[in-house]
Amino acid sequence: MTAVLGARDVAIDLPLPGGFLARRQLNILSGITLSVDKGETLALVGESGSGKTTLARAMIGLLPVSAGVLEFRGQPLSDPACRRRLRTEAAMLFQDARGSLSPRVSVGNAVIEPLAIHRRPRDRATAGRMLAKVGLAPEMAARFPHELSGGQARRVSVARALALDPALLVADEPTAGLDVSVQGEILNLLADLRRDLGLALVLISHNLAMVRHVSDRIAVLYLGRLVETGPTDQVLARPAHPYTQGLIAAEPNPDPRKRRDHPAITGEIPSLIARPRGCGFASRCPFAQDRCRAETPTLRPLAPGREAACHFAETMTSQPIRETIP
Amino acid sequence: MSLLEVTDLSLTYASDGVVVEALRDVSLTVEAGEVVGIVGESGSGKSTLAAVLNGLLPDNARITKGAVRIEGTDLLTLPEAGRRRLRGPGVAMVLQDPMQAFNPVLTIGRQLVDFQHHLKDLSRADKAARAEAMLAEVGISDPAACLRRFPHELSGGMRQRAAIAAALLLTPRLLVADEPTTALDVTMEAQILHLLRRLRTDHAGAIVIITHHLGVVGEICDRVHVMYGGQIVEEGPVDDIHHAPAHPYTQALIACDPAAIPGRAARLPTIPGRPPPLRRPVPKGCAFAPRCPAALPQCRTEAPPRVVLGPRRSALCHRVSP
Repeated sequence: MTAVLGARDVAIDLPLPGGFLARRQLNILSGITLSVDKGETLALVGESGSGKTTLARAMIGLLPVSAGVLEFRGQPLSDPACRRRLRTEAAMLFQDARGSLSPRVSVGNAVIEPLAIHRRPRDRATAGRMLAKVGLAPEMAARFPHELSGGQARRVSVARALALDPALLVADEPTAGLDVSVQGEILNLLADLRRDLGLALVLISHNLAMVRHVSDRIAVLYLGRLVETGPTDQVLARPAHPYTQGLIAAEPNPDPRKRRDHPAITGEIPSLIARPRGCGFASRCPFAQDRCRAETPTLRPLAPGREAACHFAETMTSQPIRETIP
Repeated sequence: MSLLEVTDLSLTYASDGVVVEALRDVSLTVEAGEVVGIVGESGSGKSTLAAVLNGLLPDNARITKGAVRIEGTDLLTLPEAGRRRLRGPGVAMVLQDPMQAFNPVLTIGRQLVDFQHHLKDLSRADKAARAEAMLAEVGISDPAACLRRFPHELSGGMRQRAAIAAALLLTPRLLVADEPTTALDVTMEAQILHLLRRLRTDHAGAIVIITHHLGVVGEICDRVHVMYGGQIVEEGPVDDIHHAPAHPYTQALIACDPAAIPGRAARLPTIPGRPPPLRRPVPKGCAFAPRCPAALPQCRTEAPPRVVLGPRRSALCHRVSP
């Protein structure tokens, strides 16, 4: 079966701001190889600055790739015919749901706008049916974005994303800013749609607690490189990359009896402009050795379906989480 | 005398003839050296409470009842000059978006010096030195360079550290942090929480953290107040609240947190329904009754009693027995 979306050795460069004649290109992502199948949820995780949103934008054709191939249902995105297909068959949920809705367009008109643009048949009842699919009352069609709660705005943007029956949905932090009681509703809704419509779902998030429940596979990005991929349960139970370990350990625990004494990872993600030599994570890695600062680790297979880019990945998986190498 | 004592505080917002009861008989105390969490979802009144503590209420807010005392001084009857003296040395604030805390056209250094205007005995050079030392203390690796930067040149995490440094320069007895880590990555969140925890031991002041995130509460708070519909529905030590929540809302809130659910849940739990509209007249019964899985007939008609479960431990519920 061909994947709905596939990336082979994808690199993305973006121009640095400022230059005019000789614009310098800055490498944001490189060596990205991954795929999402029908009915599968892939989680992209990493801190801000790791490149997850850039990758998501490239996946739905909003950014060109500089090297490698992005394929949608087996066809390269560089092909104009494929890009046209992508416009109707792939959709994105933007991080700021309310911001992605025009304040002057009613909910009903917002959700049928994709149909209007692509000259698809629609009638008075269409908007109501679409809203019902995401659990909103048809009367909501008359409302305007400022009258919606955060969860409702999110549902409206899901309804609009589904207007053209996409095969791929890319959701950028779909629950950011929502209350916990509403967060579950949106995630359950996405899970239902994935099951009922066979959607391939790419979920961008830095919330590992949430990703654990809703994704099948996970891809961890750091400084524009994949550092670990694999089935979610395996990666979270036995992370092979110290960065993944650090992200898991950084997750705040609601149980006061499980308080941590010190933060797992300190410092911040380095600037892309000053990418360090060797492993990008070495400057923050508690296990870093001289080799890490000299030699860039490549993403290599560890077990079926699992890969990690760490010189000491085997040692990492054999250690219980958070134990330090002397 | 408690450091902070809020008694029976009620507050309304009025707009277009509609009166909304944002706070209803809120009482809480904070002792010196404590970290107290105020947890609730949007619309629960937690941010309004923060605004009262800082005197940053909008014009359409009206306090209808109650008192807010800081070391015995009632904030609500204090004239503006007195309030101003209290702001800073008495109460300092850390906001969710640290960009709001700084003036974008002045350097961090200039602002950190200006914030210390109440320290009349120090020269600007002394104040700059104090600012630099404080930046180092909150974990900024090159504090001298940071002083020369403009707010937009710092990352979100650095900006939040600088905002915490700014608050601490005023040596406040009470630090109010409104969603201090919501805008940050988990890794930076962990570092900021660690920093706040260390500050509590080093500075002996009390911290009030307003958050919707139970993880933040679990990591840092000593005591918790859970807010719903403008009321404090449960209070108690953090361990009791997490391991033996008495109020059905607290129970539901904890059950919804994906971090608290082991393994992989087929469906994530939610709280059906919506938070109550607090428009006047607010219904007599319990605000949570329409969403409560354990609601009794009387829950819809009678206001729930505050049941005392122990010292500084209570719940606002018909079903809870002492």
